[in-house]
Amino acid sequence: MRYIGRRLVHAMLLLVAISFFSFALLQIAPGDFFDAMRLNPQISAQTVNGIRSQYGLDRPFPERYARWMRSLVAGQLGFSLAYNSPVGPLLRARARNTLLLTGTATLLAWLLALPIGIWTAAKKGKLGDRIAGLATSTLLTIPDILLFLALLLLAVRTGWFPAGGMISSGGEDLGAWSRIKDVAFHLVLPALGLAVVMLPVLVRHIRSAMIDVLEAPFLRAARGHGIPHQRLLWRYALPVAANPLISLFGFSIATLLSASVLVEVILSWPGLGPLLVEAILARDVYVVVGVVMLSSIFLVAGNLVADMLLFAADPRIRVE
Amino acid sequence: MTFISNSLVVVRGLGKSYTRRRPISRKKYLVRAFEAVDLKIRRCSTLALVGESGAGKSSLARCLALLDKPSQGEIWYEGRSLTTLTKKNLFPLRREIQYIFQEPAESLNSRFTAREIIAEPLRIQREGTPVEQNERALALMELVGLSPDGADKRASEFSGGQKQRLAIARALALEPKLLILDESLSSLDPANQDMILALLAELQSSRSLTYVHISHDLQLVSRFADEVAVMHEGKILEQQSARALFSCPVHEHTRELLEAMPALEAILEELSA
Repeated sequence: MRYIGRRLVHAMLLLVAISFFSFALLQIAPGDFFDAMRLNPQISAQTVNGIRSQYGLDRPFPERYARWMRSLVAGQLGFSLAYNSPVGPLLRARARNTLLLTGTATLLAWLLALPIGIWTAAKKGKLGDRIAGLATSTLLTIPDILLFLALLLLAVRTGWFPAGGMISSGGEDLGAWSRIKDVAFHLVLPALGLAVVMLPVLVRHIRSAMIDVLEAPFLRAARGHGIPHQRLLWRYALPVAANPLISLFGFSIATLLSASVLVEVILSWPGLGPLLVEAILARDVYVVVGVVMLSSIFLVAGNLVADMLLFAADPRIRVE
Repeated sequence: MTFISNSLVVVRGLGKSYTRRRPISRKKYLVRAFEAVDLKIRRCSTLALVGESGAGKSSLARCLALLDKPSQGEIWYEGRSLTTLTKKNLFPLRREIQYIFQEPAESLNSRFTAREIIAEPLRIQREGTPVEQNERALALMELVGLSPDGADKRASEFSGGQKQRLAIARALALEPKLLILDESLSSLDPANQDMILALLAELQSSRSLTYVHISHDLQLVSRFADEVAVMHEGKILEQQSARALFSCPVHEHTRELLEAMPALEAILEELSA
């Protein structure tokens, strides 16, 4: 319990630091939301300054940060100038969609990577392993953006999958079950794309972790006792190889989140990605900070979950 | 044939080679671990296998322990040829031949408790109920001089000597006839070596065990071997009784090995006494 408590406090401090620095960096960056307005000769400088002070943009940095923190506690996370609404509710729906996408992709990637990684480790140096190795290095060299564009092309050319969005037009009127089916159908391509981005990294890590363990004398001993091959792999070797893989799980969530910005923009999935890109272009400061904060929370939470899994999976940590 | 009846294991023309590939050209080449090995291992005796590192001792031991398949030659165990058996037919034989590794720490699954480690071979061979397996594990802990109070401790919580005792208890769980000790004592300090040697000697007489003891430590071998086989570059140079080998080695290389040993005089005296 103390272990988990310590990790929680650590995570909170980390988030405060992240909020401070992302907020500060955006303040240092030149220009703001109303710069475009200034270029318009029909709007006077006084009007622009009036609006700026109305939104508190003319205040010194510490005051703005304090104000923002207050609204953070209230769950509003500041005010979006472009959407003319508090940031909090705006983010909530987007975050849900992103979580749905990355969650599915993570699950899919691990479900595929585990058997492939274990199988190639067991067949190290054989033909199957070499083919899989070639396939993973090929996938690693393909830029994510190319992969997502190829998926988009596939959707557009064949029409097998929707080319974007999360629900079909008019989908809101369907019953609960058909709506789930509709969303799942839209989820296929982006989730598949993200899973494929993650897959080679996972397969390689699982393979090398398993190879290290498979050569350990205690597994040779079990083999000497005549243990069945599959049981040796899954019940004996995998739990021992699991520690670095559980840490990798936390890390994989981070990687997926950054890759998901790209896939969401290309396949127009209504998650945090498109929102972030628009907000940056419009200098909609609080939305940017909000998205960055949310991503950080996902990231920190992912690592926290990995740490807790590690705690649950490894009896040796509990002893200490 | 009489020699089979007093030999537990007879090895004829055994060889093992590994295929490797050159780093860039990927051309295959053979690495010969050992070749044309003939050995007889008498029942209830200790055969020491000595030689410098790289001589092929461990590869030979792994083939004897059914952990590796030899490339050529035959192993006869109690009049049965092991080299022609399928995986399935080897399964019941695995309980009769057990192997103890060089590094006790690495040969034990660090996630298992002592109780689970010792019962592991019983579980794999599906012998007895879980309750019986547990009882056997506790009895074995006592046999090798470990307190059963530590049955729920994990392998990593034991000291080096205790870990080796755990490994011995695990090897004994299936009541084997042949025990192969691959440098199993070399990582221990002298006091622990003495205790474990005494334990092994006692077990040999009470359970009529046969040992194959692999070592590069001739001093240790002089205290724990009835017969000695000397290996050099993958071949057995000579196999003799320990006394004969230490007093009048036949082969040039054996003589060199013996001369490199510090306390040869004392050992010779001890052996003749």
